[in-house]
Amino acid sequence: MQQLLNFFFKNRTTVLFLILFLVAFTITTQSHDYHKSKFLNSSNQISGSIHGVFSSVGNYFNLKKENTILLEENNRLKAFVFNSKTGPLDTANIENKFKLTPAIVHKNSYRYLENYITLNIGENEGIKEDFGVITSKGIIGIIDQTSSNYSRVLSILNTKSKINAKLKNSNHFGTLGWDGVHHNSVQLNDIQDLAKIAVGDTIVTSGFSYTFPENIPIGRVASYELNATKDLYIINVQLFNDMTNLRHVHVIENLDIEELETLNPANE
Amino acid sequence: MNSILFSNMVRFIMLILLQVFICNQMNFLGNINPYIYILFILLYPISTNRFSFIFISFCLGLIIDIFLDSGGAHAAASVSIAYIRPLFLKFSFGAAYEYQAIKFKDSEFLQRIVYFALLILIHHLILFAFVIFDASKINLIISRALSSGVFTLFLTLILHSLFSQKEK
Repeated sequence: MQQLLNFFFKNRTTVLFLILFLVAFTITTQSHDYHKSKFLNSSNQISGSIHGVFSSVGNYFNLKKENTILLEENNRLKAFVFNSKTGPLDTANIENKFKLTPAIVHKNSYRYLENYITLNIGENEGIKEDFGVITSKGIIGIIDQTSSNYSRVLSILNTKSKINAKLKNSNHFGTLGWDGVHHNSVQLNDIQDLAKIAVGDTIVTSGFSYTFPENIPIGRVASYELNATKDLYIINVQLFNDMTNLRHVHVIENLDIEELETLNPANE
Repeated sequence: MNSILFSNMVRFIMLILLQVFICNQMNFLGNINPYIYILFILLYPISTNRFSFIFISFCLGLIIDIFLDSGGAHAAASVSIAYIRPLFLKFSFGAAYEYQAIKFKDSEFLQRIVYFALLILIHHLILFAFVIFDASKINLIISRALSSGVFTLFLTLILHSLFSQKEK
């Protein structure tokens, strides 16, 4: 026993190194495992608030551009309302299915294979896991971690991300994933070879998962090919969003989610 | 002794802030970023307790990990180069290390480059192996480690010569 203790004492730096390396390795494997990185991520209080301070400084540089984007979106929505055939949009004839919460991006990344975005709102604002996140141009990801004041988004630029999407004009649906190569293009897999695809077609969300409403734009077809077994298409989708430059986003909550999940508990 | 402790603490905090808020926003040529925080490990006083040095390096890496959402990749890379540092000190500076007499700011430029380059290379290889975590993408790991490593080496040498001038 004495000898054993002596041995450890003599090599205590090596032992410490091995322990710490093992700890780091464990944290890494857990973080590569979906939904397991519980406490060490950028949505925690301290790093979240420091990111917030620096992002609020960065905000001023983008004000002009953000204003233009907001103006454009308002313009588009107003034109839509004024030209709608169904009569005035009133709270009475709108069904209350989705709740939107505005948020600001504190931290964004797109260089790694597994990218995350940190938002400035959290559980205190009613944000929970699996809510969808969009901008005025299209989807950007799904909430995967929350703390009381911050939340982390699993970006569509993450090799673990899987989102249901479809071709807008033919309703053929598939799974949207990312191959990790370029931050402007994602891949739509598992589209039946019966589908008619043309370069430039719009890809939208399918509405099959409860995270996103139907028909939110994602991107357009840049190129397509058959997979190895020649029965399914792999489509390269060019995103509408510039994922390198995100500031104002909306978090979508599906208010019927509990009801839908009791109907179909097996759904993703 | 206290001034050394103080200057190391300041360096620790400044390097973390510099890393997270400036160096990680650079995205040179798309995805190349320098990891200058390892300057802290490279320049940590030699004569001090190795036990605490390894632990501090681990903490440094872990803090960077929390900010960058990279699991434990930076912690693993940092703790590894902290552990093997004496080997490379001996290799680069030779006999001077044996007497624990080297001062980084007085060392020869070539010796310093060799010492920095070797540790940065090892750090980046471990880092990207953990970040990408896919044995089939070994080419990607090596190319990213080399491209970022050159950038890091360049910046650390500049930063080091900039700030060591004042202390004379």
